[in-house]
Amino acid sequence: MQILKQLREEGRAEDMQALLDHIPYAKFMGVQVDRKGNEVTTILPFNEMLIGNPTLPAIHGGAIGAFLELTSVIQLLFNTQCERLPKTVDVSIDYLRSGRPVETFGRAVVTRQGRRVANVRAEIWQDEFNKPIAASHGHFLLTPV
Amino acid sequence: MNFELMFLSRDLVLRFGAGFYAAWLTHMNEPISGVSPYGLAIGMSVQDTTDSKLTVKVPYAAHLVGDPDSGVIHGGVITAALDNASGSAVRVSEDWHDGLSMATLDIRIDYMKPATPHVDLLVTAECYKRTKTIAFVRAVAYHESEDDPVATSVATFMMGTPNQPRP
Repeated sequence: MQILKQLREEGRAEDMQALLDHIPYAKFMGVQVDRKGNEVTTILPFNEMLIGNPTLPAIHGGAIGAFLELTSVIQLLFNTQCERLPKTVDVSIDYLRSGRPVETFGRAVVTRQGRRVANVRAEIWQDEFNKPIAASHGHFLLTPV
Repeated sequence: MNFELMFLSRDLVLRFGAGFYAAWLTHMNEPISGVSPYGLAIGMSVQDTTDSKLTVKVPYAAHLVGDPDSGVIHGGVITAALDNASGSAVRVSEDWHDGLSMATLDIRIDYMKPATPHVDLLVTAECYKRTKTIAFVRAVAYHESEDDPVATSVATFMMGTPNQPRP
């Protein structure tokens, strides 16, 4: 059974943690979701394997990119019920500060949503919300229910 | 880095952490440029290096799946491979020296088609321009041929960023 349909039938369409638990790569990264009302924050707990530069040390740019992408998709699926997981068309990532070996948080905003394509912006930060370590904007292909 | 060494490295990172791994690499006189702890965790290895071009391979693995319905690996894996290969491509250019350090400024990725499940992913990156401060790199992710890409990327790197442990 398709995962989104299964969660919908279980009445857990808005349970983003349940969705993440079904995505092997999200589980491997250890990504979690915190929801307050209609506000969704993703959490990436620090893990040694996320390191890209052991000297600094700094989190790998690819891990940061993956976290931004997961954050965008989670927000998108929270806003819109889809038949299948959105497909990334393109994503542009700006690295603003090095990711220190601590917990990282993420939030995304769906800037424009059409019927088939959505434009999503995401930002991730560590200790200070006002000091993002990376930002992204991307386009995602949708399959609305 | 050979195949067995790659698995040993990943094991060391997962067990003892990146700091230990860095110390171990220094001990082994292995250049740190190729694959990072995160690269090892997703199973990435350097395949081939020529001039300013570099190819890395990410074997298909269950923990990399992003869509449990189709078994297609997550876009983030492709992002990581493109980013890692792009950074490494700067390091293999001929006037690179080990004291030099760098940081990714940005990367833009276009996903052309889903990666095929159960097939290894290859990424070839090329640093096509380097100035004193900035390196420009393009990369392509594919299965069989670069002419049939899964994703392509362009990235810029800032050179000469400090590379010392931070408080």
